[in-house]
Amino acid sequence: MSGFLARRILGAVITLLAISVIVYVVFYVTPGNVAQITCGPRCSPAQVQQVAEQLHLNDPLYARYWDFLQGLVAGQDYSTGTSVQHCSAPCLGLSYQSDQQVTALILAKLPVSLSLVFGAMVLWLILGVGTGVLSAWRRGRLTERLLTGVTLAGVATPVFVIGLVLMIVVCGQLQLLPFPQYVAFTDDPEQWAWNLLLPWLSLALIEAAAFARLTRASMLETLAEDHIRTFRAYGVGERSIIGRHALRGALAPVIALNANNFGGAVGGAVLTETLFGLPGIGQELVHAVNVVDLPVVVGMVLVIGFFVVAANAVADVLYAVADRRVVLA
Amino acid sequence: MSDVTKAAAPARDLVEVSDLTVDFGDLRAVDGLTFRLERGAALALVGESGSGKSTVASALLGLHRGTGARVGGAIEVAGVDVRRAPEEALRRLRGGKAAMVFQDPLSSLDPYYAIGDQIAEVYRVHTRASRRAARARAVEVLDRVGIADAVRRSRSRPHEFSGGMRQRALIAMALACEPDLLIADEPTTALDVTVQAQILDLLHTLREETGMGLLLVTHDVGVAAESVDEVLVMRHGRAVEHGPVADVLGAPEQPYTRELLGAVPRVEVPRAVSGTGEAPSEVVLEATGLRREFGRGKRAFAAVDDVSLTIHRGETLGIVGESGSGKTTLGRMLVGLLEPTAGEVRYDGHARVGVNPAVQMVFQDPVSSLNPRRSVGESIADPLRARGERDEEDIRERVRELLERVGLVAAHYDRYPHEFSGGQRQRVGIARALAADPRLIVCDEPVSALDVTTQAQVVAMLGELQRELGLALVFVAHDLAVIRQVSDRVAVMRRGRIVEEGPADEVYDNPQDPYTKQLLAAVPALDPRIAVQRRAARRELTVV
Repeated sequence: MSGFLARRILGAVITLLAISVIVYVVFYVTPGNVAQITCGPRCSPAQVQQVAEQLHLNDPLYARYWDFLQGLVAGQDYSTGTSVQHCSAPCLGLSYQSDQQVTALILAKLPVSLSLVFGAMVLWLILGVGTGVLSAWRRGRLTERLLTGVTLAGVATPVFVIGLVLMIVVCGQLQLLPFPQYVAFTDDPEQWAWNLLLPWLSLALIEAAAFARLTRASMLETLAEDHIRTFRAYGVGERSIIGRHALRGALAPVIALNANNFGGAVGGAVLTETLFGLPGIGQELVHAVNVVDLPVVVGMVLVIGFFVVAANAVADVLYAVADRRVVLA
Repeated sequence: MSDVTKAAAPARDLVEVSDLTVDFGDLRAVDGLTFRLERGAALALVGESGSGKSTVASALLGLHRGTGARVGGAIEVAGVDVRRAPEEALRRLRGGKAAMVFQDPLSSLDPYYAIGDQIAEVYRVHTRASRRAARARAVEVLDRVGIADAVRRSRSRPHEFSGGMRQRALIAMALACEPDLLIADEPTTALDVTVQAQILDLLHTLREETGMGLLLVTHDVGVAAESVDEVLVMRHGRAVEHGPVADVLGAPEQPYTRELLGAVPRVEVPRAVSGTGEAPSEVVLEATGLRREFGRGKRAFAAVDDVSLTIHRGETLGIVGESGSGKTTLGRMLVGLLEPTAGEVRYDGHARVGVNPAVQMVFQDPVSSLNPRRSVGESIADPLRARGERDEEDIRERVRELLERVGLVAAHYDRYPHEFSGGQRQRVGIARALAADPRLIVCDEPVSALDVTTQAQVVAMLGELQRELGLALVFVAHDLAVIRQVSDRVAVMRRGRIVEEGPADEVYDNPQDPYTKQLLAAVPALDPRIAVQRRAARRELTVV
């Protein structure tokens, strides 16, 4: 187990460093005058030059990346023209746009994203796996055809359509819930949940479709296996066969898909965040890319990468718990 | 403990099947089968693949319900009308009064749960026992089938058991509810011959003690001869011959039964035609001190350890051993598909590096060893192209010739593997091996996936090819009888080493190594009387 952890952590560090290099290179070769964009359209050439100087934009790529690494390990002091700001390790730099520390920015946005994705994950697992099990059980009957239709519709409908419809109906017409507004969990857990209910639901409905289809296929595969036949031949009831034997065998691919989708949704739920006005990572990332705010982009991408890697490590542990034949290595 | 004799047994037979038909779509798998089984009696359904024997076994428990198969006729098992009984009555029958043991003991148990829990689950379905009592019952039956340290082992999962132990666990599951009937569908087909003998002996003892009836489904006439009172030979879903085991196997009346029995390779009979008849001359291949390790560090183990052998032109060397004995690893090293960790393979007197076209291989599974997306002609042409042939006309011509040589038709060139039967696919595999004009072919279990009649045909064809082309053959197999029927010389492998080597008849008629003796004693005999003698002999020969 300790060997597994050590290897996983080392692997994660290497992966994240590689990601940061790629982001630096991509932004370096992307055309466009970063200093001009950062400074704004009304800046004079002299001001633009000054901004470029201040942001080290004229330095070669490797020097800028080296600065980034130094900041990460040892922290760094930044002069913002008038004052000097100290950014302690792990420092991801300052935003070109706001001079705010990227780490602080992330810490502000991350709880929003995690709140959204965690809650949605619980819902999409319940909805998706439940639907999948039900349609495998009722295979070929009306129930299954209905469920297949609904999940197909789920995959095909964009999140903003589902989200808008939900908002209009639930908040507008029926007035069951207030229009969502983010409330921090630490401030008021009850309001936190009520306000996030609709975002959770709309994100979960989209994701659940994929889980339903995967669970159904995986269940059908397991149900065709020999050991299921054994228990049928010994008079074990269908409920126990589905719930105890087939579901457990069918879970492995579901765990894998969940790890990827969870990690992806931390930074990728942009539409949901935008629609419901949630100030999360995804929204911030899109904004930062638009204004070529390199430190923010790198920081956000690293956080997202971290969650993808971590979610996959958790999935591997869950594999080993679910199936004793799996050895962690 | 389980000698609860089912007193006041009704006068009816345990199993009464009349005019049974099973249809899968347009295919009639079972066609008008009638038989009965008295309480405590044992009947074997014997037949080749596709004869419908397993379908009959499933039909006895009503397992075809809801699968789309149409079942006709009457089936009564332990007083239950299987075709008409309500679902609940059927569930009580399954496992309660009639229990089934399946072929593949690894896939027949749920990999995620402890074996004891699986048995307890089945027990609780049929009794009102508490969890704790069911668990205790599981340990009891595991102990009963000879699992040592049953309390601890009942907590193991199936992958922690060996093949033989898993089959014992399945039998324990069957025993849990003290059924009147045990249906065993190829219960020993996936097992080594010594383990097979142990399982058959176990079934025999259990039957003596509990008085349960046995319906044995098997393709192996020897297994049937060991275990039952009556035999029913099936073909194409119909009964061919039915009678007491000694009569059917001793003096078969039907031509098909005779053909089937004739095709069964016999371990006690010397090989009919020997290789090329020439005295061993030229050495084709020589291996010295071969060793192959797998894994690293603490997990490293030697699959093959210090094996030396010589193969001459035109002769067949049989390598026989049980699973895990290293025979496949050895075969792969001879061909060059695996590099030895130590030792060397010399071909024609020269140290060999990598794969040599003159040494070819025929694989066990004719299904998975052909690319399903390429025509068989293209597969056979591969070695020709690999050798640098470029002229499409020449390649086609040569492949057609090879197809005919192995008993297929030249027009099969453009067909795909799924259009062929198992035996035909193995012929394709042999044609592919011949394409490179080899001098030596290593055949790794070339006939073990085939029915006995097909097996006999493929073996005969290999013999012919050998005589015509002066080929040297290395024949790797677990089946002692097959090895005797094809080999000039035999090497017996155990745990990576050759324990005995010599001319086939000497090794078989006068085995020196205790392991060889044990193997030979475990081979099921076709004659029920000899079977009884071997069973007695096995009790004395237990090599640890």
